[in-house]
Amino acid sequence: MIETILGKYNYWIYIALMMIGFYAMVAKENLIKKVIGMSIFQTAVFLFYVSIAKVKGGTAPIEWHHSHLYDNPLPHTLMLTGIVVSVSTTAVALALIIRIYKAYGSIEEDRVLVLEKEGGKGE
Amino acid sequence: MNEHVIVQTISKILIPFIQLYALYVLAHGELGPGGGFQAGAIFGASIVLYVLAFGMKSAKLRFKSKVFDFLTSAGVFIFATVGVLCMIAGGAFLQYSSLPLPTKKLASGIGIYGIEIGVFITVTAVLVTIFFETAEQDDD
Amino acid sequence: MVDIIEIIYLFILIVCSVAAVRMKDLLSSTVVLGAYSLVMAIIWMDLNAVDVAFTEASVGAGITTVLIIAALSRTTRGEYVPGIEERYKTRKARRLKNGALFIVTLCTFGVLVYGTMDMPNFGDPDAPARHHVADRYIEKSHEEVYVENFVTAILASYRGYDTLGETSVIFTAGVALMMLLRRSKS
Repeated sequence: MIETILGKYNYWIYIALMMIGFYAMVAKENLIKKVIGMSIFQTAVFLFYVSIAKVKGGTAPIEWHHSHLYDNPLPHTLMLTGIVVSVSTTAVALALIIRIYKAYGSIEEDRVLVLEKEGGKGE
Repeated sequence: MNEHVIVQTISKILIPFIQLYALYVLAHGELGPGGGFQAGAIFGASIVLYVLAFGMKSAKLRFKSKVFDFLTSAGVFIFATVGVLCMIAGGAFLQYSSLPLPTKKLASGIGIYGIEIGVFITVTAVLVTIFFETAEQDDD
Repeated sequence: MVDIIEIIYLFILIVCSVAAVRMKDLLSSTVVLGAYSLVMAIIWMDLNAVDVAFTEASVGAGITTVLIIAALSRTTRGEYVPGIEERYKTRKARRLKNGALFIVTLCTFGVLVYGTMDMPNFGDPDAPARHHVADRYIEKSHEEVYVENFVTAILASYRGYDTLGETSVIFTAGVALMMLLRRSKS
């Protein structure tokens, strides 16, 4: 039991982080808050992948003649590109939010839906 | 925005060093931590710093958005061209060792530099474009 | 066994993320998100993921924060807070909705924690994710790609197709942004 907790508490903290982001995405009405939640969710997933790569006693995955145990470089590569893609998705989401604000004058999801039903200001 | 003397002076001093550091990171991607993505992000951040310190109007005079539009696609084009050159030389797509150079090591190094430069150009241009488009206040 | 420094960093992460989600002022929320990203970069440094930490420090803590602030300057800064009367009227529905969503979140948390039970422990050298292709990359990349940094070797050579795809994704995001926000000259 103690061994399980000591071996896996990291993963549970990552999952808790992910769930904080998830809750912000589903429960918050403000669209910028949703983007912030998405950002937290994404970084939590990256953290999970990077932690899979870690080996006890391993060194950073750069060749070094004294060391023969390296951390796994594959998740690092995937997450490296993932971070740059995540900033692109954030940017597109923000652009859509700016357009929504221009069209409806609000960035609250429920108010936008009400305005949409009433015919809205539209464009 | 003329009153931000401290911010403007410090950015003027810092920006060349940030850009030089970005190029260092790009050039040393094979030996240490670094590579096209990181270098592009740092270089883009230096231009964003310029815009924040000097305002959008003077930045628009210095950085034409047409140039960045061109660079956005140019980076991807360089990347794909390196791959196609490998195919013309008789290898598979992105198989650098088939490039017609004296040693395989040199061929591999040149190929990797080629695609890193492509990634660097695209990432820089896209980050700057994203910032310009998001931050620009329109008058209507 | 237990790394105290790491636990402190993870605790700071949890505090920052809760604060970023709960704050009413969106500008403060964004700044706290930047701090969250910076602490995340430190943790990655601690986990030996130097390349990833590098990118996160410049992209996550720098550019994402600036982008969200730029978007805030074109929309509104405050989260909408309904008046007392409206709040009283919708109190029941709001509580029901938030409670239900909280239960959903808790259930997801439980399922994912149950999923980790089958996973190898943190830092286990015999973990399956560490073997197969990863071994080959570490052993052969010097002879095959002539590069000291394994991450660059995988990024540029072994998985060059992936990187081309990622670059196209970034390019597409740039084009999408131009289409959404750029005003035509006419």
